[in-house]
Amino acid sequence: MSNIFRIGVLIAGFVFLYAPIAILAAMSFNASRLVSVWGGFSTKWYAALLENEPLIESTKISLAAAVLSAVIATFLGLLAAVALARFGAFRSRMLFFGAVHAPLVLPEVVLGLALLSCFVALGIGRGFATLVIGHVTLTMCFTTVALLSALRSCDLALEEAAMDLGATPLQAFALVALPQIAPAMASAFLLAFTLSLDDLVIASFATGPGATTLPMRIFSQVRLGVSPQINAISTLLLGLVALALGGSALVMQAGKRRGL
Amino acid sequence: MKSRRLSLGQRLTLAIPYLWIAAFFLAPMLLIAKISLSNSVLARPPYEPRFLPSDTLGDIWAKIQTLTFANYRALVGDSLYFDAYVSSLFIAGVSTLATLLVAYPFALAMARSPRKWRPFLIGMAAAPFWTSFLIRVYAWIALLRDEGLINNALMALGLIRAPLEMFATTGAVVVGIVYSYLPFMLLPIYAALEGQDASLREAAEDLGASPWQVFLRITLPLSRDGVIAGALLVFIPAVGEFVIPELLGGSDTLMIGRTLWNDFFANHDWPAASAAAIALVSILLAPLLLWERARLREEERRG
Repeated sequence: MSNIFRIGVLIAGFVFLYAPIAILAAMSFNASRLVSVWGGFSTKWYAALLENEPLIESTKISLAAAVLSAVIATFLGLLAAVALARFGAFRSRMLFFGAVHAPLVLPEVVLGLALLSCFVALGIGRGFATLVIGHVTLTMCFTTVALLSALRSCDLALEEAAMDLGATPLQAFALVALPQIAPAMASAFLLAFTLSLDDLVIASFATGPGATTLPMRIFSQVRLGVSPQINAISTLLLGLVALALGGSALVMQAGKRRGL
Repeated sequence: MKSRRLSLGQRLTLAIPYLWIAAFFLAPMLLIAKISLSNSVLARPPYEPRFLPSDTLGDIWAKIQTLTFANYRALVGDSLYFDAYVSSLFIAGVSTLATLLVAYPFALAMARSPRKWRPFLIGMAAAPFWTSFLIRVYAWIALLRDEGLINNALMALGLIRAPLEMFATTGAVVVGIVYSYLPFMLLPIYAALEGQDASLREAAEDLGASPWQVFLRITLPLSRDGVIAGALLVFIPAVGEFVIPELLGGSDTLMIGRTLWNDFFANHDWPAASAAAIALVSILLAPLLLWERARLREEERRG
């Protein structure tokens, strides 16, 4: 590949990836309501957001659900990854492995439908709790995969040495393996957090009238057309995710510097 | 491999994620499988028959006999569902091919960039995957609408007189899928290309192969596993996609995820929707098994 051609392809690729996002962010500062007309720089759409009670309420619900479900999903993913990486060939390993990975490839509409049918059959009222359950079920397969690959690249000999020196398996894991996979835990948490914050389909099935998430509210407004307020909230969300990404990159680098 | 017994601590560790998966994934999936066999009447859930712990074997057998495949027969007979499946597979197939055509040169350009630049480039290419999917799809509305930026720019340049009809078409859905799923295709292809041994290409050049021949006979075949993985990562979710056709597609863009959603939320026909969901998963199993086989082959190769 000649250099000029290579650089041209890279530029074209990155323009394709970033131009729509950049235009969206620029539009959020457009004083004009019309996409096609630049009415001058303005932050009035951001100011309007602050007065939009339902939107703020949904943002709070989304953030709370994302934090809570990411904590639970990281914990469950850690246990599942430990079982798959450390327990050898236990009975029902294949079923466990398949069940852990299946939601990765299942259409979200199907998972949402199944969860809703289940809640209704069991008579569980839908709301914040079922929203978190849905998001944990969706994201724990991602955290499991991330943590499984981290655990597999850990040096087992270190844990064995700790056990030879008298540590219990639990001590050896907590004191030797866990610090090694701490950066992976952080990125698994962030992955689950952003997936939950982003999710529309599972939330629509799993939540009740009291707990409308931010994507659900955005979605219902987007159907009515492009609105500058949605551009503003989208830009804020993009900024939030960029911060989370930068944070995880820093965590990873700090981990590397410590030689982990 | 011989299976072994686990210690108490290990069993406790396993039990917690297992219980979660059993309660909130396996049981719900079994439940919709059962609902899909219930009579499709405009009834409210729970759907008959209900299996209770107090049932005797005779009761259970009697209830099993009331199960019906009518919903599945209706799926085949109902042209709406059948068309939605065919159209979903078609749109997903075209989108996968288009994504491959965009992703391959992009991945190749990254893999052939100076080594110190590659982590940065791949990070930049993967970052949009972390930003809101809904918002990335939404951003395309502003670009594709009749009074959107692309049409305005083309008209200002005098290239077209009337706006091109891009928004609310199947083509817009394809563009949306290519854009949203690009990282899924890019990363596995990049991984396959980056790991290639440069001396193989040099050997081919020394033996007189043209750059095009080197690409067709060395680079492309060696990246096959990455292409297969990427194609499946795009194709499988694209078949069941709901958000993209809902936002960018027209009312005539038929996709199964959308049909399912409407049947569930608007028509409240849970048995029919459940049957359609089970059928969808079954259709997706075929490429999944192919994927698993490709993955195993790769693991074997890596040793």
